[in-house]
Amino acid sequence: MLVQELPAPPVVTPDVVWSALAPVIALALGAILLIMFRSVVKRMPEEYNSIATIAVGPVTVLGMWIVGGLVGNDVPLSGVRDDIGEPLFYLGLIAILFLSGAFVRSLEIGFDAAFTVGVGLVSFVSTVELWSDRFRVPVQTVNDQGEVFISEVGAPIAAIGNQYGIDGFSLVFGGVIALAVVLTALLLDAYLRREGIDGPEMYVLLMLSATGGVIMAGANDLIVLFLALETLSIAVYVMAAMHSRRAESLEAGLKYFVLGAFSSAFLLYGMALVYGATGSLNLLEIRFYLEQVVIFDNAMLLAGFAMLLVGFGFKVGAVPFHAWTPDVYQGAPTPVVAFMASAVKAAGFAALVRVFYVSFIDYAPDWQPAVYALAGLTLIVGAVLAIVQRDAKRMLAYSSISHAGFILVGVQAASTRGISSVVFYAAAYTFMVIGSFGVLSVVSGKGDRGTGLDDLNGLGSRNPGLAFALTIFLLGQAGVPLTTGFVAKFGVIGAAVEARSFWLAIIAMITAVISAFLYLRIVLSMYLGAAAEDDNEKIAVHPTAVLAIGVALALTIGFGLVPGPIDQLANDALLTLVG
Amino acid sequence: MSALLLATEAAGNEAAASFPVLSALVVLPILGALLLLLLPNSRPEYFKQVAFLVSAAVGGMAIWVLTDFQTGVHAAEFQLQNSHTWIESMGISWHLGIDGISLWLVVLTGLIFPIAIIAIDAEHEPKAYYGWLLVLEAGCMGVFLALDLFAFFVFFEIVLVPMYFLIGKWGHGERAYAATKFFIYTMFGSALMLVGILSLAFLNEAETGILTFNLVELAESQMIATTTARWIFLSFALAFAVKVPLFPVHTWLPDAHTNAPTAGSVILAAVMLKLGTYGFLRFGVYLFPEAAVFFAPALVTLGVIGIIYGAIAATMQHDLKRLVAYSSVAHLGFIVIGIFSLNTEGIEGGILQMVNHGLSTGALFLLVGWIYDRLHTRQISELGGLQKPAPIFAGVFMVVMLSSIGLPGLNGFVGEFLILLGAFSAHRWWAVVAATGVIIAALYLLWAYQRVFHGPAEGDNAKMKDLTLREGLIMLPFLVGIVFMGVYPKPVIERMEPAVDALIQHVEDHVDDFDEPVANIGVVVEDHSEDETEGDH
Repeated sequence: MLVQELPAPPVVTPDVVWSALAPVIALALGAILLIMFRSVVKRMPEEYNSIATIAVGPVTVLGMWIVGGLVGNDVPLSGVRDDIGEPLFYLGLIAILFLSGAFVRSLEIGFDAAFTVGVGLVSFVSTVELWSDRFRVPVQTVNDQGEVFISEVGAPIAAIGNQYGIDGFSLVFGGVIALAVVLTALLLDAYLRREGIDGPEMYVLLMLSATGGVIMAGANDLIVLFLALETLSIAVYVMAAMHSRRAESLEAGLKYFVLGAFSSAFLLYGMALVYGATGSLNLLEIRFYLEQVVIFDNAMLLAGFAMLLVGFGFKVGAVPFHAWTPDVYQGAPTPVVAFMASAVKAAGFAALVRVFYVSFIDYAPDWQPAVYALAGLTLIVGAVLAIVQRDAKRMLAYSSISHAGFILVGVQAASTRGISSVVFYAAAYTFMVIGSFGVLSVVSGKGDRGTGLDDLNGLGSRNPGLAFALTIFLLGQAGVPLTTGFVAKFGVIGAAVEARSFWLAIIAMITAVISAFLYLRIVLSMYLGAAAEDDNEKIAVHPTAVLAIGVALALTIGFGLVPGPIDQLANDALLTLVG
Repeated sequence: MSALLLATEAAGNEAAASFPVLSALVVLPILGALLLLLLPNSRPEYFKQVAFLVSAAVGGMAIWVLTDFQTGVHAAEFQLQNSHTWIESMGISWHLGIDGISLWLVVLTGLIFPIAIIAIDAEHEPKAYYGWLLVLEAGCMGVFLALDLFAFFVFFEIVLVPMYFLIGKWGHGERAYAATKFFIYTMFGSALMLVGILSLAFLNEAETGILTFNLVELAESQMIATTTARWIFLSFALAFAVKVPLFPVHTWLPDAHTNAPTAGSVILAAVMLKLGTYGFLRFGVYLFPEAAVFFAPALVTLGVIGIIYGAIAATMQHDLKRLVAYSSVAHLGFIVIGIFSLNTEGIEGGILQMVNHGLSTGALFLLVGWIYDRLHTRQISELGGLQKPAPIFAGVFMVVMLSSIGLPGLNGFVGEFLILLGAFSAHRWWAVVAATGVIIAALYLLWAYQRVFHGPAEGDNAKMKDLTLREGLIMLPFLVGIVFMGVYPKPVIERMEPAVDALIQHVEDHVDDFDEPVANIGVVVEDHSEDETEGDH
């Protein structure tokens, strides 16, 4: 016998905490349900359709309640509430359900969009529930005398073994992505109708892509991260090309796909090199290995860092890996761009920060200069190239590059303040950019044609509300106080200064002024440019778009005036070592 | 006795704490702007009334603060303080307070805004126009009251937005260019100040372990290395220099003034330029005494260049409004050399001159605006002989102009004299050069007056309407201020003096080999100053 028979080792399956996966499950299940339902029922008769749409409202409310209860410590529908048996409670519940239905009806929203919004809200609520007990796993410690202590603050949740972690960081990004889904779905509804694009595919892809994004923010393993990233990206490639009657849209999709695949290859290669250097793909194991072992010949590890940085650089649109951004942003359907600039970018930064802060923090002196250079280049190129553009969408594409530079300024600090500033910036930018592209999507008219700077002429008189909203979003992006944009800039510059990166801070502020010039150009053309003769009619805005832009506006101003809550959130959104 | 004093003081503070009047000065205009937003568009005549009432209420509160302000030793302290945590993790708070230095600027702001609102009607879109004016008022008040660097920066930066829209939407001529230039210039200045503020806070944290943006705490701690502090001071100085504006970075000012609507020019001159000089005093000298002493000669030099350059440029202008704008550059140069003389006379004169310039140049812009309303031109060559059809108008213009020149007996003289006195002790030859600026001021203003009001009146000029009763009433506060402060500046000076002395003491405490430059130049000048102080104190 050549091989000695050994008893098979027991297969250790990871513990799965299902409730911790609720935000992901909600999104994925929503996508699957919608595509299944729509492939069976292609076209509902009008009356059923409107009933189904209105029903989404109450169902969402119930879903939020039940899922929220399942996820949190409260048991749903029993015992938790003292007044559960009281008639008043049922009256209140019925009233809320009725109101939610009426609200959906007043939005004149389509079924698919309403469904997606509902799924996004459920995902968001379960994220919020998880937030309050993200440290719920009790930690037992035994002292010398053999007494057992159970700590008040527990360990964070490890959702699937130590592959996927629930900590403050992943939860904030998960929540932001869920809200981005809600707002994007609202914008998409009006957009798809105007463009005459039928079918639920866009919403299905939106939810799938968000699923990937949420997982990315919490992935504790390079393979999980890669799978999540591909889920996110592939869905977005298709979304970019979805407006199949527009050549630009197809071109955008193809360009995005080719360059995205290119960057994925870099990422994979980087992961392989890191695996080669450390012998693990798990972020925590890599960290522990790097803490304990001094690698004398670390060329492979450093090459791995570089490759990972290039891969993530592509995803977040950092210079010099930004070349796809303007074309893709210009060509893709505007609400999709809103999603790309907000959620996709946020997820990319979440993954970047998680990998470099959790695993490679001991090597910060090695990668910090690279991120420093990347940040500086991104800031300068983004701002300078933005001001020579003639197309508002393209301008905002370049400005999104320069915002990526700002977030990188926070990343290179490699400190706690760095993390919280990145979280704050990503959250703040998400809503500002969804708002700006939301306005552009409404203004640009059929076929996305009117995105030139001249097309915005006279918006101030054609639709003062839209013009005001866009002004606030742009001023926010310029970093004018009393908007979230200012507090976000304050945070990243603070992180940079604390890390003694004074020159980067100065570069960042100077490029902020250059960008301000660009935003002012847009504002000027809205208020001072004379509208073309035939263009003078008022712009009708669909109620869903009003809602989306209004929410983004309220968040941008509200948290700009009172930044305390998000700031607190960002400070609690620390990476914890889950496992 | 002292216990009794303390008790009354505590009672006074308690009474003040019951109503946060300083917060109200900032918040009320914002609420007014929101109220305007909610008013229906169908009744445009209400917009102006609401805006005026709100700003008048703010002005009333500013007067209340003035009467509530404790003189004597307490004038050196920040009074009526009001503090709430804003962003906890960064140690940022909504912290307002007032002392003898900011008191008069707050009062000036409180008075100028209602006048600017009532004096000129909006040409179009009154709702947005008055709304932005109120937001501007809130921002200006905030800058003068903020005792937290974050809050200060927020206000300092937020004033750009309303002014940008006022120039861009309601301005004349190349308004888009002027508005953008104004915004970008000022934002560029303050961008680096943000880095400076954060550096200051974090470097201070590294030394003391406490992250704070509190002005007083940062100023008292002085833990930062000398060279670093000088760099940070420069970042602040750039922001303030743009705002003042000092010589090489002044070019936005003539464009902004010329193209702004009249109310915008009035506020820009009377209040907004003071944000820069006030910033130098409160956030430059107080936070970085060593750096202020170190850079004082450079800043005084720039101030002197500004005086001469502004005066010469003003002489050559064809546009009356542009002329007044350049005269502002010269006047603000005086204020800067006063501040950086770093002695009691200089700084007092500087503060006094801030108020004086607000009154006289604000009034001049208003008068020029009225001329433009009547004759639709501001070109000096197209005007002439206005004295004949409009004698009262000409008289008022002359008084205001003489105050701007610095005629003894009017307010401008007191301020300029104190500044020159201070500068003479600190930088003697620069004071001599600056004094020639006074002469050129007389030249260009009198010459302009002569060309506009004297001579034969032709065409439309002959039919110019004289000052109406309403306009006269609007000018009255300016004239009263001009004459009162020229004849009896004591109440003004005695309220600011303790704060100024405390500031100089602060500089002396924290800078090793610095002593307040005082006049040590013999009998002749001392006689002179005695004459003046008898009149002043």
